[in-house]
Amino acid sequence: MSRKLLLANDHIPGIQSYEVYRSNGGYRSVEKALKTMSPDDVVEEVKKSGLRGRGGAGFPTGMKWSFLAKPEGVPRYLVCNADESEPGTFKDRYLMEHIPHILVEGMITSSFALGANTSYIYIRGEYFYVARIVEKAIAEAYANGWLGKNILGTGFNHDMYVQVGGGAYICGEETALLESLEGKRGNPRIKPPFPAIAGLYGCPTVVNNVETIAAVVPIVNDGGDEYAKIGIGRSTGTKLISASGNINKPGVYEIELGVPVEEFIFSDQYCGGIANGKRMKACVPGGSSVPILPDYLVCKTAAGEDRLMTYESLSDGGFATGSMLGSGGFIVYDENQCIVRNTWNFSRFYHHESCGQCSPCREGTGWMERVLHRLEKGMGNMSDIDLLVEVAKKIEGNTICPLGDAAAWPVAAAVRHFRHEFEHHVLHPDKVKDPKHGHREPIMPVKPQPVTA
Amino acid sequence: MAAPTQGTREFNPEVRGKIRFSDEALQTIEALMKRYPEGKHKSALLPVLHVAQAEADGWLSAEVMDYVAELMKISSIEVFEVASFYSMYNLKPVGKCVLEVCRTSSCWTRGAEDIVDYIGKKLNIREGETTPDGMFTLKTVECLGSCGSAPMLQCGAEYHENLTENRVDALLDRLRTEGKRKSYTDLDFQNTK
Repeated sequence: MSRKLLLANDHIPGIQSYEVYRSNGGYRSVEKALKTMSPDDVVEEVKKSGLRGRGGAGFPTGMKWSFLAKPEGVPRYLVCNADESEPGTFKDRYLMEHIPHILVEGMITSSFALGANTSYIYIRGEYFYVARIVEKAIAEAYANGWLGKNILGTGFNHDMYVQVGGGAYICGEETALLESLEGKRGNPRIKPPFPAIAGLYGCPTVVNNVETIAAVVPIVNDGGDEYAKIGIGRSTGTKLISASGNINKPGVYEIELGVPVEEFIFSDQYCGGIANGKRMKACVPGGSSVPILPDYLVCKTAAGEDRLMTYESLSDGGFATGSMLGSGGFIVYDENQCIVRNTWNFSRFYHHESCGQCSPCREGTGWMERVLHRLEKGMGNMSDIDLLVEVAKKIEGNTICPLGDAAAWPVAAAVRHFRHEFEHHVLHPDKVKDPKHGHREPIMPVKPQPVTA
Repeated sequence: MAAPTQGTREFNPEVRGKIRFSDEALQTIEALMKRYPEGKHKSALLPVLHVAQAEADGWLSAEVMDYVAELMKISSIEVFEVASFYSMYNLKPVGKCVLEVCRTSSCWTRGAEDIVDYIGKKLNIREGETTPDGMFTLKTVECLGSCGSAPMLQCGAEYHENLTENRVDALLDRLRTEGKRKSYTDLDFQNTK
């Protein structure tokens, strides 16, 4: 049985409430950090743990923290990124809904380490009911002396607030999130300066994902070395994986990094295999932004080694034959799913969510969506397939934030691995209208628009 | 009828003059603005717009946005540029219950389209339309973070997951019986899993 750190107490009834959480060892990390450690000690433990950002980028958290500028007389902020919008990802929602206090506890401990007296938890607007749960947890923490002035008599002051967003995927990008938190449109900022130097209100700011902040709790409780013992190589600790798609047991699973992908998909402990006795066709292992993998590259790498649930193993082979762990949004597709249709779905998402600031992304995502829609409807031609790759190439790397890359990668990967399916759509337009192929008219058909070069 | 989302917006000073939110909403707005450092109260704009939308029949007219700007002591354009950027703010009138069905990959894979079709046929409206009695608006939206319990829809603060036709029937019946406007800011909500 895999070890659990964040969801260890998930089975305890009432763990949502302060009393139950506290009586099961909650808020120990705050006591330990504030009373027996210096802020730098906490940062050191996080560095030792090897914890990497759980939002998708996988940047070492301890290093991110050590970049925080500390000019005299300027406030510092910790901002929790709870704008979970990556398709296929729902782990943060699960964590906040079921164990909200672990986030509040992690926020206090992390803020102490960073010397931040104010922190914000930016929750996506659609999770309004989750924001209520977190706000209640914060109120309970205030009532029990974990927040406010002079916490535990140590002289550390801290205030924590929730802000709800307005519904925009782009606000998961840290600088767009800060813009949004300042009450503006979520247009990502040009970096540098990085938020560690000039973030919220121009002050030094650390932005961390919900799961990253929650992971600070076991790291401080048990020590960074203990945390680093879990996992393989530079992928240490546990990770929440959101499993969805055509599997028997969708849901959120906490795994020790290093579990074989095959075990994760087929073992009853996790996904429980492909639903309805079908075969797997493809898998997106880290949220919609990462390259899709065909079945033969999901469980094994191109070199024939077992693929593991780690940052390194999932990206083995680069984009040619690998993917990324990303946010841990694990989507499995069975043999009945149409890859062209699914790629169009993703493209529509990115087109809808592009903030419009950079023209390669603003125009390119719409262009890809239109070409994909045409192909999907059996109205495309062979040159459209190469056109898609061309457009994707011109978006990638040419935008302020990674949304452009995120829109380009899945399209490029789909063509790379499933070119035959795209060709099939061109060669057999009559067949792709077959409902068995997974094609049906949406209730408001979008009229395909002409594509100009 | 429906105001355009782009271009000139109608502005009626008479309507604007009559707008006043409830005391409770005004207090909430005051409290929201205090969450931020001195002089940074504009930060509260997104949460304030949710309160405003709940107060103003579920949508933000030019007049309501102007009123919000006055409450927050910022310019009207600052309100409009934010309201028009985020997908949760309605710039056109909507029904009492906005049914927002997730249409992104995992939900699609598990039959979200069938749910949209079913609701559309049952209510005799198309996507983006409102029933003549003003009760329901049908929308499709991008990923709502419920991929493991797909297909799903959101109505106000409520999440309704693992949808089937029967569950949709039960939900619509319940909403119709209650007859209440559903807002994101509602404190009482019944999620179904």
